Amino acid sequence: MEGIAPQHLRALQPAAWQWFLSPENGHFALALACAFACAQCLLPALGARLREPRLARLGGGLAWSQALCLVMAFLCLGTAAVQDDFSVRSVAENSARAKPLLYKVAGLWGNHEGSLLLWLLVLALCAALLATTARRAQLPLFLQARVLAILGGISAAFGLFCLLTSSPFGRLLPPPADGAGMNPMLQDPGLAFHPPLLYLGYVGLAVPFAFAVAGLMEKRVTPRWGGWMKPWVLASWGFLTCGITLGSWWSYYVLGWGGYWFWDPVENASLIPWLSSTALVHSTIAVEKRDVLKSWSLLLAIASFSFSLAGTFLVRSGILNSVHAFASDPARGVFLLLILGVISGGALALFAWRAPQFPAEPGFPLLTREGALVLNNILLCTLCAIVLVGTLYPPFVQLLFSRTLSVGKPFFDSTTIPVFLLLLLLLGIVCALGWRYTKPASVLRALRLPALLGCLAFPLALIWLAAFPPALCAALAVWVLGATALALLRRWQVNRRAGRAHRSLPASQWAMALAHMGVAVSVLGMCGMSAARHDIVELPVGGSVSFAGRCWKLAAVSPVQGPNYRAERAMLQVSRPTCPTNAGKPFLRLTPERRFFPLQDQTLAQVALHITPLGDLYAVLGPSRLLATRHGKQLVWVLRLHDNPLAVWIWAGGLFMALGAVVALLGRSRRPAVAARGEG
Amino acid sequence: MKNFRSSALLSFFLLALLAGLPCWPVAPIALAVTEPQELLADPRLESEAERIGAQLRCLVCQNESIEESEAPLARDLRRAVREQLREGRSEKQIMAWMQARYGDFIRLTPPFSRLTALLWATPLLALMGGLFLARRFWTRPAEPPTLDPLAEQGDDD
Amino acid sequence: MRGPLGRRHLLALLPVLAFLLLGSGFWRMLHGLHNGQFDPHAVMTPQLGKDVPSFPALAGIPLSGTPTVQGAGTGIDTGIDAAALQGQTGPVLVNFMASWCIPCVAEMSQLKAISQVLPVWGIAYKDRVPRVAAFVRRNGQPYARLATDPDGRAAVEWGVTGVPESFLVMPGGQILWHGTSALDEATFRREILPLLMQARKEGRW
Repeated sequence: MEGIAPQHLRALQPAAWQWFLSPENGHFALALACAFACAQCLLPALGARLREPRLARLGGGLAWSQALCLVMAFLCLGTAAVQDDFSVRSVAENSARAKPLLYKVAGLWGNHEGSLLLWLLVLALCAALLATTARRAQLPLFLQARVLAILGGISAAFGLFCLLTSSPFGRLLPPPADGAGMNPMLQDPGLAFHPPLLYLGYVGLAVPFAFAVAGLMEKRVTPRWGGWMKPWVLASWGFLTCGITLGSWWSYYVLGWGGYWFWDPVENASLIPWLSSTALVHSTIAVEKRDVLKSWSLLLAIASFSFSLAGTFLVRSGILNSVHAFASDPARGVFLLLILGVISGGALALFAWRAPQFPAEPGFPLLTREGALVLNNILLCTLCAIVLVGTLYPPFVQLLFSRTLSVGKPFFDSTTIPVFLLLLLLLGIVCALGWRYTKPASVLRALRLPALLGCLAFPLALIWLAAFPPALCAALAVWVLGATALALLRRWQVNRRAGRAHRSLPASQWAMALAHMGVAVSVLGMCGMSAARHDIVELPVGGSVSFAGRCWKLAAVSPVQGPNYRAERAMLQVSRPTCPTNAGKPFLRLTPERRFFPLQDQTLAQVALHITPLGDLYAVLGPSRLLATRHGKQLVWVLRLHDNPLAVWIWAGGLFMALGAVVALLGRSRRPAVAARGEG
Repeated sequence: MKNFRSSALLSFFLLALLAGLPCWPVAPIALAVTEPQELLADPRLESEAERIGAQLRCLVCQNESIEESEAPLARDLRRAVREQLREGRSEKQIMAWMQARYGDFIRLTPPFSRLTALLWATPLLALMGGLFLARRFWTRPAEPPTLDPLAEQGDDD
Repeated sequence: MRGPLGRRHLLALLPVLAFLLLGSGFWRMLHGLHNGQFDPHAVMTPQLGKDVPSFPALAGIPLSGTPTVQGAGTGIDTGIDAAALQGQTGPVLVNFMASWCIPCVAEMSQLKAISQVLPVWGIAYKDRVPRVAAFVRRNGQPYARLATDPDGRAAVEWGVTGVPESFLVMPGGQILWHGTSALDEATFRREILPLLMQARKEGRW
């Protein structure tokens, strides 16, 4: 020690900020957040019960304190990950020195512990945001207190779960020299943002859930209640839509199979809350506008959040048989199941007790906007039931009858598509329907043209796709597009003729049109993908092959060194004419790679994609081998080539849907006075 | 009454549509073949093989069909499917061959039986249940037309 | 409608009931995961009670000079085929293994113990003869017969999804038991031994 100068010793000591953001402080912040959550659960609820405004007002401050603590905990974990502190177990198990910075950060939520911390953080931020915007939304104090208390209860339960069974700050002594690394398949920018978006959606659904439970506690649900809940429903639905779209895009170009949805149980676990929250978005509209479907919306709000909780449980308990599931731990499963039982079971029991006490609602004719909303809810819930039952059937059959069976893509495709076709049919009809009453003749008149368009599209699609079901889907998508666009146009004309002060259409109209057209665009993309072609070829360097009306030439294969992998990169030149003429200049260069990650001893194909609105060209580089020919041995490469028509429309449609939610939210935030309507 | 009849008509229409459920063909898209020699020379037969393979589960991986999986067992089964197709065996025979060896588990579409009746009935049950619950909304007589429907639409914001 | 349990009350109770059913199911699954009675990754193949499938005759591996465990068969016989299995006078444990398989090493001690009671026939899945010979030299030799299935065709006929897997075959060729994981003493005592005793009582061998 005597050789070390004091200034060197000082350099060895951590800087003040490093000490401040140490894992121990992170753990402390997490525990503090948990304490705040408990207080947030108890004090405002007590205030609302005793009608004591001072206690009830505490909720907002507690929510903010909790959120700040969790931000601090998250920063601590982030510091450990970025600084490669492998004495922290969750960092050592999921990170490595050679990992690029983006994935060190994204790796925070790529594992069970970190994702739980993000879950908590998002929940606390939602509660804090709710408390902050409450005044502007004219939310009554005691309702706000109840909602915050319920959110606090959920936070407290998950905070305890995180602290007791899966703290991300556990130490590992002695620390390993390098971390175990992250699955290379997950090292992709698309996947870096897929989980946070999904969590925003899952956790956001806690707010409608809290509103539903608070409504049941107060035994009062009004159109304004629908108005307070709706922005949260819209926002979580939008995030879920984005998350699912991004996940699907990731599986399209990372898994390298050319598919976009595999009906994997974990994918289904995100689809189920999406379907039920889509139904909730629509039923909330009925509550807000017409004061109907109230009990039903309460149930949907409870169910949507319960589904997202159940998904969290299933993914982490090891019950589902999936490629994506987290490392399972039955002890965690028991804890999560208890949470699920208390939160969802409690809410459902409250519903069973209180909902029958709500006054009976008036009926309405089938041929109205309300009627269509009910039909839409039935169809969406049917889809939800199919996915739920299909996902849970195998484990339950095994549990009850000790038999194994599989429920996979062919089952889901063949059962959901017919129901989805009915939904598309409805999406067109709804454009011609008004609230309260619509003359059947006017519906027929309004839908003549879209129906004609659909009928014209059908034979064309049949010629192009050469298969009946996709052609029918495409025709229905055209019908939806036509009906939605025409309805917008007609509304605009009516507004202009009436000479209204503002001629522009209300935001909700645009939002609905965008979302519905997004569905149609996605469907068209899926129809196009049903005509996708692929070919698997072996080419030597310099060889070429004709595929999809183009000539594909393997110009070169060269080694590449990545940050944490070695790769072989192929240079494919694609030219227009087919190969024998071979006169065209290459209009496109594709560079698929085959990456080897030494740490995980794993080889992954990096897909080369050329995206155009009309279709994607997609190339995957496979292994090479020595082929014996007449001229001696020759090195050949396996290449898989895909031609995916309209592929990008699938995700563009998803983005349109999410954009619809954004437009609806912006439209709401612009008109503060509207919330006051409908209460009188 | 009129509305009740229309909802009954609607349920009948839905029933008719759903009755045709299991015959919806499915387009296989994914593929994991790494050796082109595996493929059948006849493209019609090859696409048939892919269609059959997409309905068979890879037993050692989770929720992938044998066409999507890179596992050696999946490759063996792909080869078995193609060999049998080349010998002129039908899809039904190939499925039976697979089922005799690996049980119902290998079929991604569970065969209809007492055990799976509830699964296959789910779409119909859910739809009928929903319509049954919602029927009370629709049995009321329609209100007289008081307003122009388009003007009525205008107030929804 | 107005009664204590009117139609609306019953309807509102439905979600709770569904939730309770699902929840108790999940609870039992978790319990089963813990004690090994519920395994979502299990593949149950339909071989039980059926006759040994017909499979291409497998060539035996000559293993002269390797020390055999005392009491095991009188040495390595010829290859394995369905007729040979059916012609046996006592039960045989057919064990699919491979030289690259780590659980196969783990189950070797149990196989040796079993080979004291009944003959164990090994089928090396997609493996080469020298490697199997080396594997047996290194890890012990419980096999009364050892054959190779070089392209995995026999394994497909047996419905094998991975190694190690074992089948208990009765005289006449009926498959009485099928295990899809490495054998250990607990499995042997819990599952195989009672079957053997039962068959003995019935006078099947």
